[in-house]
Amino acid sequence: MATTTAPGSAADLRLTALPPATGRAGLPGALRSEFTKLRSVRSTYWTIAALFIVSVGIAAIAGAGIASNLHNNPWNKAGTDATQASLIAFFEIGQLIIAVLGALVITSEYSTGMIRTSLTAMPRRGTVYAAKLIAFSTVTLIVSLITSFVSFFVGQVALSGSGVSASLFHSVTIPMGVNMSPGPGGPNGPPNYKFVGTIVISPGTVLTAIIGCALFVTAVALIAFAFGSIIRHTAGAITSVIGLMFVLPIIIQVALPDTWRWDVMRFFPDAAGRVLSVTVGNTNPHLWSAWPQFGVTLVYAAVFLAAGAYLFRKRDA
Amino acid sequence: MIEVRGLTKRYGDKVAVNDLTFGIEPGKVTGFLGPNGAGKTTTMRLILGLDYPNAGTVTVDGKLYPNLAYPMREVGALLDAKAVHGGRSAYNHLLCLAQTNNLPKKRVGEVLELVGLTEVARKRSKGFSLGMSQRLGIAATLLGDPKMLMFDEPVNGLDPEGILWIRNLMKALAAEGRTVFVSSHLMSEMENTADHLIVIGRGKLIADCTMAEFIARSSGAAVRVRTPSPDQLVLAIANKGGTATADSDGTLLVHGMAADVVGDIAFEQGIRLHELTVVRASLEEAYMEVTADSVEYHAGVRGQATTIGSGV
Repeated sequence: MATTTAPGSAADLRLTALPPATGRAGLPGALRSEFTKLRSVRSTYWTIAALFIVSVGIAAIAGAGIASNLHNNPWNKAGTDATQASLIAFFEIGQLIIAVLGALVITSEYSTGMIRTSLTAMPRRGTVYAAKLIAFSTVTLIVSLITSFVSFFVGQVALSGSGVSASLFHSVTIPMGVNMSPGPGGPNGPPNYKFVGTIVISPGTVLTAIIGCALFVTAVALIAFAFGSIIRHTAGAITSVIGLMFVLPIIIQVALPDTWRWDVMRFFPDAAGRVLSVTVGNTNPHLWSAWPQFGVTLVYAAVFLAAGAYLFRKRDA
Repeated sequence: MIEVRGLTKRYGDKVAVNDLTFGIEPGKVTGFLGPNGAGKTTTMRLILGLDYPNAGTVTVDGKLYPNLAYPMREVGALLDAKAVHGGRSAYNHLLCLAQTNNLPKKRVGEVLELVGLTEVARKRSKGFSLGMSQRLGIAATLLGDPKMLMFDEPVNGLDPEGILWIRNLMKALAAEGRTVFVSSHLMSEMENTADHLIVIGRGKLIADCTMAEFIARSSGAAVRVRTPSPDQLVLAIANKGGTATADSDGTLLVHGMAADVVGDIAFEQGIRLHELTVVRASLEEAYMEVTADSVEYHAGVRGQATTIGSGV
């Protein structure tokens, strides 16, 4: 156990005088406080490290796997989305990892009781909520952008030489389709194949996918933050995010008829991930294009954040 | 100056604080007494704006707590020493609080020094003992050099050394002219520290008076009189609104009347007195007496039925 020095006796009650107070406590101080809170607990570093390692690690493994597959089965080059292959771990799994941090930013204050200390120091709750939101979304956006770019670059390094690796600096042309026929060795030998058409992937398309995925992951993290404020319970908030982003889409896929289930899917916040990351070929015709579809996710985030703000102010702490 | 007016707070069906009105005078130690579950913590939470009242208002220097320009410069409150994020170091805990009120960074080191936690400032507070957590909480209250300090059961669970330290600290803070508002369920805690008492039971105000008044008010405070003509004196006292009862050793115990009044009555009636003594109830007795009806959870004593709940 840690030791303490003898506490000051009553006579020692001398502290240097504070500078005179001007103005009033507001958002700037609350923001500094929230950044201090974020950087002074380990869970922040753990979740960010997990996000980075999982996203970049899987991008590398997936890249190597695809490169090896294309080496053995070169006809698979047709329509291979190298950018999506590098980003899929980031936006599918990464969104959940950063959601844990989003929930914790608020729920850890309730689980530890810190919220009462925080709100005694700064009782203007709207300001506290805004400061938390700004601090967390700033950190998340920066971390997501870095992770997204690094995942892309590491993934492309692993894919380099495979003939499909995407680039941010020049256009890449890959075959669009392939015609296959049995080869001279019969059904067990390598087939004959002939590529049909080409797709040109411009750097702009790739950049949109990388940034779009980072924004999507940030938006999901904000939904988790809002759930944290609404539910005030870490496990409950994270479970709710999983429910909204993963379970609900599966239920819709299973329960609704093929004819119109995708027309429902577009109204759910997870659909944006499927569109934003695509750089090759046709996107799902039942979903909107990248930015409108991302707008749906943002609307969800905004509504939940507003509900979270309302409850944060209205309820007893 | 804190003013509580008509404060009522319900949690579901349960009334935690019931139409409470009192003021906390500046520059004094005010003891906030009541049995466990009387509503002391709830009242403090309401003062700090952590909970919202169902009725009534609380103002600090005429303002609602959330409207204070720099809350930490006005009120330093410690409700629960364990209400900290255990994963954060003592230093960073205090820093993030200081930053909300634009307090200088060096203040953090100073208050840590004052409470004797400098050596563990970089350690996570998870491993702190209750005494250390209490000191960390007190360090937080002193960050803003507040005019008023509020402590909820500050000595609960502390060892004798810790209790002594907190008592001395409270006295020192009051000696500097600060207002100290401290709650306890133990009367003995207040005996040497509080100037003024606010006593509540089951959310209702029982007493709001000075320490001396509180003792005098209790029925235990009586005047012992020895006289050769007790019947005459009993009658005279009854006529003036007091009550006198015969005590075991042939003396009379007069209730509801101060000693000087009893003496004057005897003089006017020409009754000789052989003894006139003020019998002072101990503070503990006075407290037990006024809160007896408002203890929420009675333990069964000597075969009595245990009553639980408020419907007694």
